Amino acid sequence: MFDDFFLRAVVAGVGLALTTGPLGCFIIWRRMAYFGDTISHSALLGVALSLLFQLNLTLSVFAVAALVSILLLFLQRRQALSADALLGILSHATLAIGLVIVAFMSWVRIDLIAFLFGDILAVTQSDIAVIWGGGIFVLAAIAWLWRPLLASTVNPELAEAEGLRPERARLFFMLLMAVVIAIAMKIVGILLITALLIIPAATARRFAATPETMAIFASLLGAIAVVGGLFGSLRYDTPSGPSIVVAALILFIISLLPLVRRSGTPAAQQRGQSS
Amino acid sequence: MLSSIDSKSRPLVSLHDVGVRRGGRWLVRGVDFSVSRGEIVTLIGPNGSGKSTSAKTAIGVLKPDEGRVERIANLKVGYVPQKLAIDWTLPLSVQRLMTLTGPLPERELIAALEAVGIAHLAKAEVQHLSGGEFQRALLARAIARKPDLLVLDEPVQGVDFNGEIALYDLIKSIRNSQGCGILLISHDLHVVMAATDTVVCLNGHVCCRGTPQTVSQSPEYVKLFGTRAAQSLAIYSHHHDHTHLPDGRVQHADGSITDHCHADDGHHHHEHDDHGHDHNHDHSKGERHV
Repeated sequence: MFDDFFLRAVVAGVGLALTTGPLGCFIIWRRMAYFGDTISHSALLGVALSLLFQLNLTLSVFAVAALVSILLLFLQRRQALSADALLGILSHATLAIGLVIVAFMSWVRIDLIAFLFGDILAVTQSDIAVIWGGGIFVLAAIAWLWRPLLASTVNPELAEAEGLRPERARLFFMLLMAVVIAIAMKIVGILLITALLIIPAATARRFAATPETMAIFASLLGAIAVVGGLFGSLRYDTPSGPSIVVAALILFIISLLPLVRRSGTPAAQQRGQSS
Repeated sequence: MLSSIDSKSRPLVSLHDVGVRRGGRWLVRGVDFSVSRGEIVTLIGPNGSGKSTSAKTAIGVLKPDEGRVERIANLKVGYVPQKLAIDWTLPLSVQRLMTLTGPLPERELIAALEAVGIAHLAKAEVQHLSGGEFQRALLARAIARKPDLLVLDEPVQGVDFNGEIALYDLIKSIRNSQGCGILLISHDLHVVMAATDTVVCLNGHVCCRGTPQTVSQSPEYVKLFGTRAAQSLAIYSHHHDHTHLPDGRVQHADGSITDHCHADDGHHHHEHDDHGHDHNHDHSKGERHV
């Protein structure tokens, strides 16, 4: 049962889930879920450009995602359109341009489904090296940026006033997102990356008392979802990327049940609501 | 030490003819003020008069579009912003909030929470605090880092009247004990005047400035806030006829010291007939110390 390809898939998936946990926490704390979607949709443009100019896939996906992030920062600063509308435009524009370019290249045959929904069972040794190497880099960077990121999540002006340079932290955070999307694309696919970022983090909220524990729990819950989803996909012959997301969703639903709530939390919540 | 001489002679922060423009409109223009060590400067003015903008420019959160801002090197700021909404998804206890922008020894963390009177809430999640408790937590966080300059944007929102006076007393005592400069923003006129050395009255520009007494008598102030505000300030000023000593006794303007502060104890040099409702404030303040 533990075929080589399956073991590779587990190792790759767990590596990715450990990385997406803390990043996903910031995405939900900062209400950037739609931003995550936009950046991951832009990955298809990266795929198309990599095929068109015969560039390294992961690098071109990263480059396009990073460019879109920076473009977004720039457009937001001009404050012409709401952030929501800008995200909607960029998200679907990059996805559509990517699809159009791919369609033009009649000489390349690509498995679009593999890019949209991931193909974790096809990961190679070198993919694993990229995922774990990139993951360790991202986690180290998050740890280094933790204080300014967290402070500017609470209030950017407060962070700025007290010398933490929130704009720089925000830029780095967006670049880290681009890295994660570039390495995650192969595992869960462009359309489902945000789910792997958000769902384990949302699940972790129920059990965490501090931002730090929430980040760690999100990583662990993501890893459990990956393993569970992969076993499910093997057993029921379902597509692996969506199966991982479904497993994450099941964990989230379990976390909503009253039984597993942190003791003390419900009472505290009722106090908060009644006052 | 060289730096201590320097810091005495130079203000912590000074604004020179500062203007901030957003979307083609000047939010403030021609703003001049400075905050020195041990000084409490209060910005007052109606809504939209540029109080927060001026304060944010002073601490470098906003960049001035004209004029210049001078800060001493490595100025350590403690900031209580006007609005702060923490998403429910962020699990943040009061204790964790305290070390948000820098590490803090446990002892100082507790001491700051005790100073604002919420030590019992150290483990509570910030989302479950009442408005007044949250404001105190923010103030504790800002003072715990022992800043050179404390910037408080409407620090007493959601705090009831007695708590408000207690917080202003606390702000004053922080100035006295830590020797930091304090930049205070308020539209809460007569209470804030108790704790302040210099008042800068803003309305898109500096309308008037000076000690609370001079400002309250200036025609620009009366024009901006109306005669009632000016009167309430004038009424306020009688609070200055006595000082609350640390041991709870009261020193009166004539130099005598009594255990209590009563309007009819003969140490007060004003009549009560013209006070209206402010009469009650006078008593609530006095009796808090009884």
